[in-house]
Amino acid sequence: MKKRNLAFLVGGVVFLLFPLVIHSDYYQHLVIIALMWVVVGSSWNLLAGYTGLVSFGHAIFFGTGAYTAGLFITKVGVSAWWGMMFGGMVSVVIGLIVGLICLRLRGPYFALATLAGGEIFRLAAINWESLTEGMVGILIIQTFQSKVPYYYIALAMTILCVYVIHLLMKAKWGYYFVSIREDQDAAESLGINTTLYKNVSLLTSAFFTGMAGAFYMNYMGFIDPEVVYSLHHISIMAILVGIVGGVATILGPAVGAFVMVGVQEAFRSALFGVGPKWISQAHALVFGLLVIFVIMFLANGIVGDWPKIKRTVLRIKEST
Amino acid sequence: MALLEVKNLTKSFGGLRAVDNVSFHVEEDEIFGLIGPNGSGKTTIFNCINNYFPVTAGDIVFKGKTIKGLKTYKICRLGIGRTFQVVKPLSRMTVLGNVTASAFCRARTMEEAQGEAYRVLEFCGLVHEKDKLAKSLPLGGRKRLEIARALATKPELLLLDETAAGLNPTELDAAIELMRKIRDKGITILIVEHIMKVIMTISNRVHAINFGQTIAEGTPQKVANNPVVIEAYLGDGYAQG
Repeated sequence: MKKRNLAFLVGGVVFLLFPLVIHSDYYQHLVIIALMWVVVGSSWNLLAGYTGLVSFGHAIFFGTGAYTAGLFITKVGVSAWWGMMFGGMVSVVIGLIVGLICLRLRGPYFALATLAGGEIFRLAAINWESLTEGMVGILIIQTFQSKVPYYYIALAMTILCVYVIHLLMKAKWGYYFVSIREDQDAAESLGINTTLYKNVSLLTSAFFTGMAGAFYMNYMGFIDPEVVYSLHHISIMAILVGIVGGVATILGPAVGAFVMVGVQEAFRSALFGVGPKWISQAHALVFGLLVIFVIMFLANGIVGDWPKIKRTVLRIKEST
Repeated sequence: MALLEVKNLTKSFGGLRAVDNVSFHVEEDEIFGLIGPNGSGKTTIFNCINNYFPVTAGDIVFKGKTIKGLKTYKICRLGIGRTFQVVKPLSRMTVLGNVTASAFCRARTMEEAQGEAYRVLEFCGLVHEKDKLAKSLPLGGRKRLEIARALATKPELLLLDETAAGLNPTELDAAIELMRKIRDKGITILIVEHIMKVIMTISNRVHAINFGQTIAEGTPQKVANNPVVIEAYLGDGYAQG
């Protein structure tokens, strides 16, 4: 316990001081994006990892949050920052509708339904030009020149999200979510209103994902449907963050987000500019190989299989 | 007034009548046995009582009120707990976690739920396994866990679906002992069982069905000697013997 508290304290201090020590916009940007992915990955993990409802459509909520924030400026004429609150809420409303349709389904059928749902939203956003501007996208002027305010907003959002999920999982809700994952019929027979708690999980997940989407709009200043409703940039990335970090662990998605953003950036920039050019062209391929590696050797993710990783490293150390 | 009344229960799956016009009632504080050959519709009756399947016709009355059509979780909250023939442990939860999750049915706080779970595990003789994952338990333990989980919801009526099947003789005696202890706590038991030792030693009354229809009801001895019951189990050549 003592050691864990110390680790949290050190981690907290590092995150609080990071932008004051590292002034590079580039690294600040990477950490901000990673923090945002911690939120999306943790939300996905609440639904998929803990409640057993594997979503392939988290872009629905991310995109909805982003567009809510964008439309606050273009249609309502108020600051896009209102989207941070309302983006989450609009995502909850959308989540209710998604839940009404998809929560009747179980296992792979739920996954496929959410996959289809994500595509519906993407196509709707492309074609509903009077509302969304279609492929032209929404461009806003960012509030801050410096990345530091964005950093602290992202950090606050991340802490809020991870802490809320942590509290949920420590309480009755957590027991109920996991019971539903393990056996929905048994859970129902134990007096658990599975419909209600599946919705609680879905809507909490939708809320934070929507909030992250709204943050993305504010931070990047530009969105279009192919980015925020993207299947592989958002929905699949959310899954990868969860799987690589460790499904059904609190810290898993946090670790997964930093690893995935790091790996993505390393390959996109051809190993930060020092590697051969072809690496950046092959980054999708390398991504795929990484996922295969994780599924084969670290099925529980980096956090879930941490003891295994430690053992392997020790063995390698001893043999050399 | 009977605790549970099943009135003219019928359940059809397409053209197949799995349960056909079955009626019986369970009195308070008794152990009521439901027997019948494989496929005779015993588990279907259980699934109708707690509404896994919608009832085709008939009525199910618990403490004077119909529970037909109520959601499964509400039926549990009214005081009917059940176990599953094919055990359904929450595999990747600990034994204590399994029981705690169900104790939340009545408990308000985490302390209350865990306290209740601990008491129930002690009662069922599982307390030394409490930190193991449910999937690591042997079958006997899983069957016990099913009972513990149902007990943690504080039922007035407990539906036990073949909790003795697949147990070795020692485990079997322990299971019978546990059922007695549960009845002595004032919980009524409706039990489906194949193992005659269990039915004959602990049940007050027995209801026998075959092909979804009632064939006999009465004390265990009376039902066991009923020629129709013997015929259903062994074939018609044995009925006279």
